[in-house]
Amino acid sequence: MMNCKQATRLVSQSQDRELSLPERIRLRFHLLMCSGCSNYNKQMSFIRKAMQKLRER
Amino acid sequence: MLRFTTLQLRDAVLAEDVVHEAISAAISSAQYNGRGSLKSWVFAILRNKIIDVIRERNRHPTESFIEDDENDDAFDGKGHWKKTHKPSDWGQPENNLDNEQFWVVFEICLNHLPVNTARVFMMREHLGFELKEVCRELNLSDSNAWVIMHRARSQLRKCLELNYIRGGRLS
Ligand SMILES: [Zn+2]
Repeated sequence: MMNCKQATRLVSQSQDRELSLPERIRLRFHLLMCSGCSNYNKQMSFIRKAMQKLRER
Repeated sequence: MLRFTTLQLRDAVLAEDVVHEAISAAISSAQYNGRGSLKSWVFAILRNKIIDVIRERNRHPTESFIEDDENDDAFDGKGHWKKTHKPSDWGQPENNLDNEQFWVVFEICLNHLPVNTARVFMMREHLGFELKEVCRELNLSDSNAWVIMHRARSQLRKCLELNYIRGGRLS
């Protein structure tokens, strides 16, 4: 199973490139098992949303 | 505005010119329709001007973008979160987007990113370049750029968690 360091890296990269199918599956599995990375994942979406909002301010 | 432009262009004099140009373009333009704030209107023009300058400018190979990886001390030897660094539950963070205090902290956190990291992050997330374009403009490899973006996001996250979420300001 991938560790948290790898999982957070993939979460970030998913905002910049399309992940491969195996990457997506392994990541999804990790996120189901790990609350830390699952929180990280939600926070990354939030930060992107905040950056969009910042442009409109 | 000027600080942001200087960061992007790495040239204070040029940045001042570009900001002036953007402001006078905004004033003389008939397109401003009174909707939305004047500031965001000027910023929209400024953003396009910065993009033009970056695209036109002859670039020299840039300084090294990869510094020590600070993200690393969030993880133990096996690559799992250390207890003290594990991201906490932020609840419904979107509720904070209308909170002025949030934006104060957010901008402080952005300003605390190392300069090179901030430049890449802002080109991608504020100017809206595709990461491929950022790589081309700054002579970065894809993997370098991913490392930098990941570092920027992780540092922002950590900064928000320490200074906003744990500061008890979460709504
Ligand atoms: Zn994890």
